[in-house]
Amino acid sequence: MSPYAKRLMWPVVILLALVAVNIAATGVDFIVPSVNDDGRLGGAFVNILRRSVPLLLIALGMTLVIATKGIDLSVGAVYAIGAAIACQTIMDSSDQGAAGTVLTAIALALVVTAVIGAWNGVMVAAFGIQPIVATLILMIAGRGIAQLITGGQIPKVEDTSPFTELGRGAFLTIPIPIWIAALALTALALLTRRTALGMLLESVGGNPEASRLAGIRSKGITVLVYLVCGLCAGLAGLIGASNLGSADANNGGLWIELDAILAVVIGGTALLGGRFFLLGTTIGVVIIGTLEDTIINVGLSSQWQFTAKAIVVFVVALLQSPGFRAWILKPFKRTPQARVEAPAPAKAEEAAK
Amino acid sequence: MSDAALVRMTGIVKDFTGVRALDGVDFTLRPGEIHAVMGENGAGKSTLIKVLTGVHGHDAGEILLDGEPVRFSSPKAAQAAGISTVYQEVNLTDNLSVAENLLAGREPRLGPFINFRAMRRRAKELLDDIGIDLNVAAPLSSYSIAMQQLVAIARAVDIEAKVLILDEPTSSLDRDEVEVLLGVMRRLAAKGTAMVFISHFLDQVYEISDRMTVLRNGRLVGEWATADLGQNELIGHMLGREAAALEQIERAASAHRVEDEEPLLQAEGLGRKGSIAPYDLTIRRGEVVGLAGLLGSGRTETARLIAGADRADSGTLRFEGRKVGGHNPRTAAARGIAFCPENRKTEGLVGDLTVAENMILAMQASRGWARSIPVARRDKLVASFIEKLGIRPADPDMPVKNLSGGNQQKVLLARWMLIEPKLLILDEPTRGIDVGAKADIQRLVAELSADGMSVLFVSAELDEVTRLSDRIAVLRDRELISVLQDEADMTSERIVDTIVAGGRES
Ligand SMILES: Nc1ncnc2c1ncn2[C@@H]1O[C@H](COP(=O)(O)OP(=O)(O)OP(=O)(O)O)[C@@H](O)[C@H]1O
Ligand SMILES: [Mg+2]
Repeated sequence: MSPYAKRLMWPVVILLALVAVNIAATGVDFIVPSVNDDGRLGGAFVNILRRSVPLLLIALGMTLVIATKGIDLSVGAVYAIGAAIACQTIMDSSDQGAAGTVLTAIALALVVTAVIGAWNGVMVAAFGIQPIVATLILMIAGRGIAQLITGGQIPKVEDTSPFTELGRGAFLTIPIPIWIAALALTALALLTRRTALGMLLESVGGNPEASRLAGIRSKGITVLVYLVCGLCAGLAGLIGASNLGSADANNGGLWIELDAILAVVIGGTALLGGRFFLLGTTIGVVIIGTLEDTIINVGLSSQWQFTAKAIVVFVVALLQSPGFRAWILKPFKRTPQARVEAPAPAKAEEAAK
Repeated sequence: MSDAALVRMTGIVKDFTGVRALDGVDFTLRPGEIHAVMGENGAGKSTLIKVLTGVHGHDAGEILLDGEPVRFSSPKAAQAAGISTVYQEVNLTDNLSVAENLLAGREPRLGPFINFRAMRRRAKELLDDIGIDLNVAAPLSSYSIAMQQLVAIARAVDIEAKVLILDEPTSSLDRDEVEVLLGVMRRLAAKGTAMVFISHFLDQVYEISDRMTVLRNGRLVGEWATADLGQNELIGHMLGREAAALEQIERAASAHRVEDEEPLLQAEGLGRKGSIAPYDLTIRRGEVVGLAGLLGSGRTETARLIAGADRADSGTLRFEGRKVGGHNPRTAAARGIAFCPENRKTEGLVGDLTVAENMILAMQASRGWARSIPVARRDKLVASFIEKLGIRPADPDMPVKNLSGGNQQKVLLARWMLIEPKLLILDEPTRGIDVGAKADIQRLVAELSADGMSVLFVSAELDEVTRLSDRIAVLRDRELISVLQDEADMTSERIVDTIVAGGRES
């Protein structure tokens, strides 16, 4: 098994287990997509995927940041800023339905969030501020900025505006957010694995000094990665706002950074930096999304949500720890030794005779 | 057998995924003896030690300590049972002080608190004991890897141990420190401590050891009393071929003299406060310039300024006649200056990345992230260097941290040879490399320079420096005191004389 496949194994096993529990509780309808009256795909699992898209986008960006030994705590606030800019721009315009308005709003939101991300990167790479501190600044200030943009109100977009299609629409029967997620995943995978960016990232995260001496432009790469992370958070905010038709500066994307970090870790990327797994993160996100439904489906109250999440993290962390795995697999691994040792007692018996 | 063995390992098998590192190895350590474990890079020496001390579990075989079967779950457990170890890769905590590193886990206490004053005093005593003088309150990372190695040794020696294991403790030490260490070992042996000693320096092994166990490809070749095994026989056992390799080194040394070639690099008054006094140095095309001096004399610091690894705060550097501005590792590589740092673990390799990725890192860095090296080209390059340098296992996809120490060093070398630099700066390139491979690398340096590449060669081993260099810059107390260029001056004695005289004559 390749190292990549090995890393993905446990997350996949856990996801399958969760899906199995849900199927046991609610029948195969859980997993089989249904076709709604309007010809769109629906059903429990498709809905989970659709709902998970903002988290997925953020977690993918976070994966790259974590690969450089960094972390981005500001993604939740950037989500709120992205949502606020888009909704406010549309609300302020004379014609909320015009395609031009919507496109301007989207472009503006993405540019600003990318700049914010790059700013995080500059603080980390050029000023040498620890990532957790550098991004904490915007985690706190970001929601204030979002409030300034919305003037303390919650801007609402009319349901007829094409902007709402981003979160609610469908294309070729598949929900648009899922298309966006698939495109983002593919784009990031190509960006990191078809170019040398992925390897250089892993090198910078794995050993910064060795990377510097090898001549890698680690500052540029670091800024780029935080920029991508900011952009992902902004895009997530757009989808979230489009789905709701409004932007809440205080509560939009609240605590999403923690879920994102969780998904990255479940997916097999170590917080210490180095090797990263975009596909693992994706599975991590789906696990988190499925978990929320599972709790309700097995008849627990939703207060169990946090406890259940904690348990999943615990199990995944255990399964990924080499020490624990060796301990669990010990009974199986003993076999070759037993085989080698087997003749020894026989000899001892002979000697005794 | 009835002789009292302190440690007896029998039939040890250790498998790593895809590699059998040890295959039925027996090893016996008797009280009070110094026992050398010999073998090529990757033969399994370190693995044997790690199995004994509980770093790795073994897949088959038995370990007896004082006749009792044991299986340590961790190095700590081994230490509690009286086995103290200095591993090949120095394993201390960089940002703690020297004293804290020396006494970690057994700090002198005042009630529940650490008594820092007593700790520093005790640490000072320990270091005095093995004859080194450091500021024990300074962070360990402020000292060179050689000093760190000495601290690790001092720590291991202090722990009252029945068995002391030293895995390549001398690889970055100078003669004097080696003598000190060997002296400490003799003292301990007289007290009855049994020792396992691993080193690629045959003269040290012959000087200190009573017995040797030779491994090859994870298998036991045999065990001999040192007095009964000649050096050539030993090499034959280690390499599995005749000792011809060694003679070839001498021939590679027929270093060509470069006289009139134009200068490739000129350093004028280049220096850095607190690190190295301003110095002048010229390197011509195709020339091998050696940097010699004692530990802490500023060899590495001199090389790092030229490499752009550290920023100079005085003087100028000219490369190919042009003044070099904004010197850093990246621009240096772009100009054709490659730098192989001395500490492969912290400054050289990225442990989690594969052999292939580590090899192409510098080349990829110079192309930028957007233009990745085509897979076919990369595979071909990597395969050719694995072959050329004899890297084992010859698996480009193995994480580099799983390679033996010597093979890791070769991967680092390959990284820089790959970019075909004009000037290759090698800081201790043969550290931890076995006799056969050392000959290979020295031959390689000679070949590269014959092809027109210039080499700046830093090594603690004077023999190696004199054999390879066209000229030798001698350093003392962070100052370049003399450049030896006459053929007759290229001897270890001459270098030592120069250092002692402080460069005033010549
Ligand atoms: N953690 C590991 N995972 C996989 N393979 C390993 C691991 N550690 C060592 N090996 C392999 O086991 C073999 C023996 O390695 P070992 O480090 O014992 O060699 P050595 O004799 O100490 O060599 P050197 O002189 O270079 O230090 C090598 O082929 C190495 O690649
Ligand atoms: Mg070793």
